[in-house]
Amino acid sequence: MEITAIYYLIPSLIMFCCGVYGFITRKNMIAMLISLELMLNAVDVNFVVFNRFLFPGQMEGMFFTLFAIAIAAAETALAIAIIINIFRATKNVDVRGLNEMKF
Amino acid sequence: MESVGSIIIYVIVALAMVVFSVLAVTTRKILRAATYLLFTLFAAAAIYFMLDYEFLGAVQIAVYAGGIVVLFVFSILLTSKPGDNSEKLTSKSRLLGLVASVAMLGVAGWALLARCANFTARPEMQSPDMNEIGRTMMGTGVGQYLLPFEAVSVLLLACIIGGVVIARKR
Repeated sequence: MEITAIYYLIPSLIMFCCGVYGFITRKNMIAMLISLELMLNAVDVNFVVFNRFLFPGQMEGMFFTLFAIAIAAAETALAIAIIINIFRATKNVDVRGLNEMKF
Repeated sequence: MESVGSIIIYVIVALAMVVFSVLAVTTRKILRAATYLLFTLFAAAAIYFMLDYEFLGAVQIAVYAGGIVVLFVFSILLTSKPGDNSEKLTSKSRLLGLVASVAMLGVAGWALLARCANFTARPEMQSPDMNEIGRTMMGTGVGQYLLPFEAVSVLLLACIIGGVVIARKR
């Protein structure tokens, strides 16, 4: 049995679809953020797999993943700051309870 | 032809990735979701190691598993009680999510199987050493990444300032 690219792409596809499912069904904002991280991570795995199997010896996919990890970290930190601020103002993190912009 | 050991490791890692990502979006305790996310990120790091990108796997463990998951755990503990269950899903939203994700799984999986199934086996590659990675990241030539590196550093600075401004007490 040869482990080709498809064997890595299918688990990451399933991971991405889990992220989509969680993002649609979850109501808690932190849980939605976790689903978002799953999706971002699946895309990172895809970059690395395509780089490794199609262009070995080059490093474009690897560097794209590095920068994507950095940007994902920044985005998560800022989103969590916003969520904690919302929690302080309204005492919940449920997206359905947040239908007013009053502060 | 792969050795039996690498096939076994691949099966374990792929199974862990799939099972933990499914659990992360279906469990009703939010702290458990964060823990399952941690295991999924470890599985992704293991895939990077298996594909000979050791530096990337280390970055994945340090930044994602070490940084982001800790951030998640802290914010979960700040915003909800640890024992709380999230409320039950309505069948409508579950149906919507299932339709969206299964449709996407079908379309993208069909495209993948149609297009990528005939990729050849893994070509030989030296895993990139630190010297090469550093030169590529810090160089200004063609295919080198100083400008995105600086842009990311400015982005992280903006993120620090934004986080402080948003989250401070008024």
